[in-house]
Amino acid sequence: MTTSNLKQTAKSVKPKINWARSEEVDSFAKTVKLFRQGKYDAASFRRFRLQHGAYGTRMTGDYAMVRIKLPAGEIYPHQLEKISQLSEQFSIGSAHFSTRENIQLHWIVLEDVSEIFRGLAEVGLTSREACGNSVRNVMCSPLSGVCPDEEFDATPYALATAKFFLRNPMTQNLPRKFKFNFTCCEKHGMVRMVDVGLIPQIREIDGETQRGFKIFLGGGLGNRSFVGHQLEDFTPDEDLLYTSIAVLRIFDRLGDRKNMARNRMRYLVNDMGWDKFQNLVLKERAIVRATQSVVTRLNVNHTPYEIKRPFRISDESGIPSSDGYARWLKTNTLKQKQSDYRSIFITLEAGDITSNQLNALASLTRDFSSEGHARAGFVQNIALRYVHEDDLPRLYSKLLETGLAKSGALTMTAPIGCSGTTSCNLALTNSHRLAKEIQRKFLELKLDEDDDLKDSSIKISGCPNSCGQHGIATIGFFGGGGRVGKDMYANYQMSLGGRSDGDTLLGQTCLRIPAKRVIPVILKIIEIFKQNKQSDDSLKTWMHRVVNNSEDSEIKSINDIKKVLEPLVIPPTKEDDPDFYLDYGSDSSYHTKTGKGECAA
Amino acid sequence: MCCLTDSSKITTDIDSLRSEIRDKSVRVIDVRRESDYKQDHISGAVNLPLATLLSDDSPERVLKLFNSMGIDDETSVVVYDDTFGALASRVAWTLEYIGHSDVSLLETTYGHWKSLGLENDSITPDIQNKTHSMNLQSDILATSEYLESAKSREDVILIDNRERLNFLEQHIPGAISLPYRTLSSSDKILRSKEDMKRLLDNRGITENSEIITYCGSVGTLSGLAYYALKSVGLTNAKLYVRSFKEWKNLQKPTEKQEDANYWDLSAE
Repeated sequence: MTTSNLKQTAKSVKPKINWARSEEVDSFAKTVKLFRQGKYDAASFRRFRLQHGAYGTRMTGDYAMVRIKLPAGEIYPHQLEKISQLSEQFSIGSAHFSTRENIQLHWIVLEDVSEIFRGLAEVGLTSREACGNSVRNVMCSPLSGVCPDEEFDATPYALATAKFFLRNPMTQNLPRKFKFNFTCCEKHGMVRMVDVGLIPQIREIDGETQRGFKIFLGGGLGNRSFVGHQLEDFTPDEDLLYTSIAVLRIFDRLGDRKNMARNRMRYLVNDMGWDKFQNLVLKERAIVRATQSVVTRLNVNHTPYEIKRPFRISDESGIPSSDGYARWLKTNTLKQKQSDYRSIFITLEAGDITSNQLNALASLTRDFSSEGHARAGFVQNIALRYVHEDDLPRLYSKLLETGLAKSGALTMTAPIGCSGTTSCNLALTNSHRLAKEIQRKFLELKLDEDDDLKDSSIKISGCPNSCGQHGIATIGFFGGGGRVGKDMYANYQMSLGGRSDGDTLLGQTCLRIPAKRVIPVILKIIEIFKQNKQSDDSLKTWMHRVVNNSEDSEIKSINDIKKVLEPLVIPPTKEDDPDFYLDYGSDSSYHTKTGKGECAA
Repeated sequence: MCCLTDSSKITTDIDSLRSEIRDKSVRVIDVRRESDYKQDHISGAVNLPLATLLSDDSPERVLKLFNSMGIDDETSVVVYDDTFGALASRVAWTLEYIGHSDVSLLETTYGHWKSLGLENDSITPDIQNKTHSMNLQSDILATSEYLESAKSREDVILIDNRERLNFLEQHIPGAISLPYRTLSSSDKILRSKEDMKRLLDNRGITENSEIITYCGSVGTLSGLAYYALKSVGLTNAKLYVRSFKEWKNLQKPTEKQEDANYWDLSAE
């Protein structure tokens, strides 16, 4: 019984910050009762519910989705075990890793939501302000602290920012939701498509080094997406909080509270023009700096995490039985800047994980991560960091046992799919299942081993609202309905060439692809790319030239790709191919049906 | 209304059972498969695999079964299983149904008992037949006819104890979903009284109602729920022992959560 021995020796590391407030548990339970008794009006209740992180569910008011925030993506073994227990007791025996470092529990009976809060409070987690018009989970790159290209670790700043704004009166009634993303470096990205994006920077002045950030404002994905603008060359770390407060104050004051569909800050920036907005922020920051009545600063905890390789009593032979190991090592792990250590990524089908796997993940974190906790990633995945090179084969064997060893985590074969019609009121298609189907098919075809496809991405949203981040995918899709006569079918708008790194670009619209033709269409795109690529091209670099009209092969533009694909997307008659008219995961004819949105992510 | 069992003694804790075994003042029933029982079991326990009970659970037949286990009206009985108490609950409920008042569930599973290193062996005890009287407690049983007429009453709450996805897919109209997993804590088959009371109270399941529980087919998961209710003093409870399987076979109306692909959220 090696595992249980190991458990005793590997001590659980405790988190630095307790995010919970236990009094919110009972107040939520009480409010639900009042609402059910008709003593609390629906609009106020909805606002209260969202503020506490409980989101509505498709076609019903009796269930909620609870979105648990993992600030900076950090999650500790005992927290994973608690979430496992809660998912088994109150949800569907599975939990869902989102694209914004949250874990979601779906199909929770509204009256049980307070019990989820109680469980979360026991392990210092909260879902407070995970929905609603508030500062949403503060993200940080899963590689911050270990990325070879970063200038310093942004994690402590992300945690401090999250702590400062959580339950802060300043952020309780914003015009709309507000998002911070910290990252490690340009390559690992995600800073130009969010309200505030930050990349750590170090500058030297008179021989002294100073920490700071490159700050990007006003980006975001949604019904209309925009790329963020850089505020200034360098924002020193002591100005980080003042800048954040200044931006929030401007948004709070000038954000459009009337037009819900257009009141994210990116619309304000776009309507006002960047120069004017930039100017306002800089002025406001000066005012914030000058008028704080008490010293207001971020409480950045720089105490380093203890890095301690878990001790082993017995060492089994480290040679994995399957030849999948080499494939996994290549497509799921990255060398850290710390020698002898790697970060390993676990890919989940569209972010879904069973309660048993959550428990297993807790044990694996204790037994293999020298920092004693895990990090949620940007793409519905999980990273275990500080895994010693010598422990990788054993870890792989353990992952295999629990069904968490799927390869291709860092490749195009791990698509994002938002929750779609599995639970979301706004969804038009089952984007969630489509992502799973693509992953299964592409792993079967071993596309994860193809270096040409490695840095590309596939992202799918079930409606135009971009929770699946289709706009920054090499190949992105958002759901809608198509029609032949009176028969409808699930249909996706495809965009190409999106990216979220230093050259952030929103994908260009190409063509509508019926759900049941998505896989053949992607394979066709790969085929055209292979025919026309230059020797050192990846799909991403080739596509970048195509969308910028600077490719000089046979395929010169999106339009040329469209022409090749058009024959593939012609709807067959219902008699010839009845399956075409069914969405994935459904055996009844397709129709679009949506409820009221609550602005999900 | 059934008040035969003192609501404070729904479960027997580990220490009490150990001393009762030492005093030989208890009959312990192991509701696992015969092969598992033969390997090892709580010292002195007799075996009653659920399948044996279910092969014919008419009152006359189960009376004979319990007689052969040396149980008469005065015998104190503790039941356990390795299936989070669900199978044990079904056996305990059956005993109650024929009129036995002194029956309780071991607070934990056999697996946990064993992992604590507590008394177990592979000896099958010699049992002398005893004679139990028959005093059917029909008020703890719900039949489909009863359920159909009671369902529309305002003071009746119908609880479905299957997993959430099964409930969403299909359930008896008007039922509320309380999956069996919700009833337990990490090492006990039932939550603490305080936790259970709060959970049920949040759900509006209170003593003002008559409560009927059901599950998939044979009344095990819902048997556990029946005892969960009793553990907090909600004694006006009935088990729809033939459960959803019979309901569907009788082609009675069902309900589902429409227009959502919830199964695809499952990672199984």
